[in-house]
Amino acid sequence: MVVVGGGVVGAACAYYAARAGLTVTVIERGAVAGGTTGAGEGNLLVSDKEPGPELELALFSSARWTELAAEDGLGAAFEYETKGGLVVAETEEGAAGLEELAVRQRAAGVDAVAVPASGLPGYEPHLAPDLAGGMFYPQDAQVQPMLAAAHLLRASKAEVRTGVTVTGMLRSGDRVTGVRTDRGDLPAGAVVNAAGTWGGEVAALAGVTVPILPRRGFILVTEPLPSLIRHKVYAAEYVADVASDDEGLESSAVVEGTPSGTILIGASRERVGFDRTLSLPALRRLARQAIRLFPALADVAAIRAYCGFRPYCPDHLPVIGPDPRAEGLLHACGHEGAGIGLAAATGHLLAQSLTGARPDLDLGPFRPDRFPEQP
Amino acid sequence: MRDVVVIGAGPAGLAAAVTAATAGLDVALVDAGRRPGGQYYRHHAAETGALHHGWDAFVRLRDALDRLTYLPGHRVWNVEDGFTVHALAGDRDERPVRIDARTVIVATGAHDRSLPFPGWDLPGVLTAGGAQALLKGDRVTAGERVVVAGTGPFLLPVATGLAGAGATVAGVFEGNRPYGFARRVAGHADKLREAVGYAALLVRYRIPYRTGHAVVAAHGDGRVEAVTVARLDRDGASVRERVIVCDTVAVGYGFTPQLEIPVQLGCATRMDADGSLVVVADAAQRTSVPGVYAAGETTGVGGAQLSLVEGELAGLAAAEALGGIAADPAGVRRLVARRRRLRAFAEAMHRAYPVHPGWMDRLRDDTIVCRCEEVTRGRIAEAAGLGATDPRSAKLLSRAGMGWCQGRVCGYATSWLAASACGRSPGPDDLLGTARRPIAQPVRLRDLADDAPVRPHEVAQDPPVRPRDGAGGRPVRPRDGTLRAGPEGAVRPRDGNHPINPA
Amino acid sequence: MSQIVFEGRPVPFEPGQSIGAALTAAGIRSWRTTRFGGRPRGLFCGIGVCFDCLITVNGRPSLRACMVEARPGDVVQGGGPDA
Ligand SMILES: Cc1cc2nc3c(=O)[nH]c(=O)nc-3n(C[C@H](O)[C@H](O)[C@H](O)COP(=O)(O)OP(=O)(O)OC[C@H]3O[C@@H](n4cnc5c(N)ncnc54)[C@H](O)[C@@H]3O)c2cc1C
Ligand SMILES: Cc1cc2nc3c(=O)[nH]c(=O)nc-3n(C[C@H](O)[C@H](O)[C@H](O)COP(=O)(O)OP(=O)(O)OC[C@H]3O[C@@H](n4cnc5c(N)ncnc54)[C@H](O)[C@@H]3O)c2cc1C
Ligand code: FES
Repeated sequence: MVVVGGGVVGAACAYYAARAGLTVTVIERGAVAGGTTGAGEGNLLVSDKEPGPELELALFSSARWTELAAEDGLGAAFEYETKGGLVVAETEEGAAGLEELAVRQRAAGVDAVAVPASGLPGYEPHLAPDLAGGMFYPQDAQVQPMLAAAHLLRASKAEVRTGVTVTGMLRSGDRVTGVRTDRGDLPAGAVVNAAGTWGGEVAALAGVTVPILPRRGFILVTEPLPSLIRHKVYAAEYVADVASDDEGLESSAVVEGTPSGTILIGASRERVGFDRTLSLPALRRLARQAIRLFPALADVAAIRAYCGFRPYCPDHLPVIGPDPRAEGLLHACGHEGAGIGLAAATGHLLAQSLTGARPDLDLGPFRPDRFPEQP
Repeated sequence: MRDVVVIGAGPAGLAAAVTAATAGLDVALVDAGRRPGGQYYRHHAAETGALHHGWDAFVRLRDALDRLTYLPGHRVWNVEDGFTVHALAGDRDERPVRIDARTVIVATGAHDRSLPFPGWDLPGVLTAGGAQALLKGDRVTAGERVVVAGTGPFLLPVATGLAGAGATVAGVFEGNRPYGFARRVAGHADKLREAVGYAALLVRYRIPYRTGHAVVAAHGDGRVEAVTVARLDRDGASVRERVIVCDTVAVGYGFTPQLEIPVQLGCATRMDADGSLVVVADAAQRTSVPGVYAAGETTGVGGAQLSLVEGELAGLAAAEALGGIAADPAGVRRLVARRRRLRAFAEAMHRAYPVHPGWMDRLRDDTIVCRCEEVTRGRIAEAAGLGATDPRSAKLLSRAGMGWCQGRVCGYATSWLAASACGRSPGPDDLLGTARRPIAQPVRLRDLADDAPVRPHEVAQDPPVRPRDGAGGRPVRPRDGTLRAGPEGAVRPRDGNHPINPA
Repeated sequence: MSQIVFEGRPVPFEPGQSIGAALTAAGIRSWRTTRFGGRPRGLFCGIGVCFDCLITVNGRPSLRACMVEARPGDVVQGGGPDA
């Protein structure tokens, strides 16, 4: 089997496929984790998802990450931390909205603990004092995404070929029988498209359409501080923001500390194609939102900012599974702002469908051919 | 909206700003330093110029600062296209400042290029430029018994300056054997005079000067107490070592241009003869981005004289582009010829004083490479083993370059270590991967959150050109028809008010 | 001569000097330690590039000692907020 893409999703696919007994080669045009995985944050969130197929996938993935982290040395190697997420509301209505969502999430299997305003300092002593309340999600966890990708690849023992670009598909009729690269052809029993934001281009090489577009995100990084923030903390509006279809700039900062002492504040969402130019308006919003949550951050310096391009589909769900339009081709891409979190489940389910096992979750909602054909 | 904002008040920025202002443009000169002059003209608060080569040229430029708005102590952290310059003013009571301008001239100079070696993060190990800056700017000798090492002619003023200020210089250890270069120097009157001067000073202060030697380790408990110096063979391997007692090491392997602003703006870059990333500039010092000029070390390390010339050319070009103010062609020709000579000399210097990759072999697994995040050579090797095939991914997987200095200090070393792990040497893309700093200076979230207002005194005054009334600090209008700006003075004024900034 | 106070002890400076220069002139070579290895740090680049020289002045953290001009009575500690 050949996996196109050495990001966290490709790495998880390689890992589970190899464990299922397949011989795997990963083709990556750049460096391992050099794509969107190298520009993400590593939140493994269940808290931000409405009940539905994505939440089911996230819960399933959360359990897979816990298993992975328990394998020898892996958890420490990719800095797995079950720190939990705290969602806070600024207003009473916001708090009521949080509770309403939590009721539905609990029914889907999410742990959600209501935190009254008076209880917030017990979770986060430096939070703004005037918040209305919050919800604590113990299942929200964290990995360092680049290390996760790299260590999963290493643990898979797959052959990883960096600096090699897939330029076409080997075909036998409609069947995909391998990849063509700038370093020669590579026949394979199956080809997995784990090219993330570039998944649409790779799909096109096999003559099929998968509508994946970039959604830019900026992250702000502060100077290293003594431990100030214990959990992932974000405002209730974040959930609405994630699901939004608005083209313009949106953001709702997730604020969290890292093992190195820096605080990550991210991320913004904009649909502006692949434009890397720094957007000060985006950074300003992140800064304002972070200060709103943690007033003490006002005097903390940002030392770095970076951006990446989330791979998103029109219905905000990933594309996972065999492509009925091109036998031998499978997809594992389009995870938008949750690809780190969803990677483990994606790899697991994809390996099941590769080996003919019945997937633990229904892949129907993630079918590659679910989109109306472009005229 | 100003006509021009010049970033950096070293030789290049001063020359550019004064030239453009003298031509009648409305210029703001923004500089992080407390006093004008950048690195070369760094001076003490009570400086008389006795210690400085070319002090007269500096005084002329400094005296012309009343023709423009000079903003010292302003650290630029971002420049938006169009152009909006965002700076932080003041050293402790920091406040955000924003300046809008039609044109940007980047003259942000360079910093020392550092190479790691075991013990290089002990207190008392400084960059060569750092020791020099301390001496010139603060009149403090970095230590009592100093070893000077690295490569390049810059080690000579550092060593002789320290000795002149009373330090014992235990030796200058030059990594190369630049014999061919001596011939080149001999053909260059100015440079020859300088070289002879330094040679005499080495003798006077009894400073041993050894070529083909390097400091390969620093030792000490909590501070440097000694160094190991090695003689290097042709392949850069150490063949004979000895220990020298000292309390200070000043070490520099050339310079790294500071490119955060031009990289933010998307200016094309290339790799120069010394292996540094530099901005591509054309004959008129224009970068690939319209309205953005670059001068001085940012376009290639070449020393203060070259910076002055490029700055003046950039100022002239901006005046021509913005105000249709034509420069005196003979003056421009002189400047261009001088730039060509100085560039050629700089290139010869880079070839004579290369950094030999042998330094990598002298690292141990536990040698710190990234001082901020305390990333060792071993961890960078591990990142390479995990699939980091370029410096950017090495950084992502090891944290080298992610700290306070944003890879300014370790960027060169990390690039080499990452590339050589894949059996190659770093190319321009590798260097660019470590040079992107969208936030060029730390900025407090409070200041980031607020859109900084334009301060009243920074709003362009109109009209920008007015004959000097004798008292005020308005732009000078020469009587004889030829403006003399920088050393070569090649601006020719136009008649009447020029058409820039009518409102 | 004017003085600043570094970790409780007076340190003289000349007008116009940076705090880092004043400390170095007084024989103080390091004034903070690193986060992980506790390694001592003082001046390295001297021009505001390396951030080795971080200090807190009158309660304001994360300033570069080589960039901040000393003023009489400044109370200086090594390091930033993480120190
Ligand atoms: C600012 C930001 C913050 C985020 N925060 C989070 C978060 O907190 N939690 C979370 O779960 N997710 C987060 N994400 C989303 C997450 O980063 C992505 O969903 C995830 O990284 C996608 O991984 P991937 O492996 O599919 O894609 P990538 O990491 O992009 O990997 C795809 C790889 O394919 C390679 N490739 C493409 N075309 C070819 C070809 N033709 N030949 C060979 N190789 C090719 C690319 O070089 C690339 O390396 C964030 C994203 C952004 C931008
Ligand atoms: C520490 C040091 C000491 C040196 N000492 C000497 C010496 O004694 N003799 C010698 O011949 N050469 C010396 N050099 C070499 C020096 O590069 C050149 O001689 C010369 O100063 C280069 O002139 P320049 O105008 O191109 O840049 P510089 O003189 O470096 O001037 C650049 C200016 O830009 C400012 N700047 C940079 N970034 C920003 C920003 N983001 N915001 C605001 N301002 C900014 C800097 O503070 C500086 O004032 C030294 C170099 C260094 C790094
Ligand atoms: S000594 Fe490098 S920043 Fe002050």
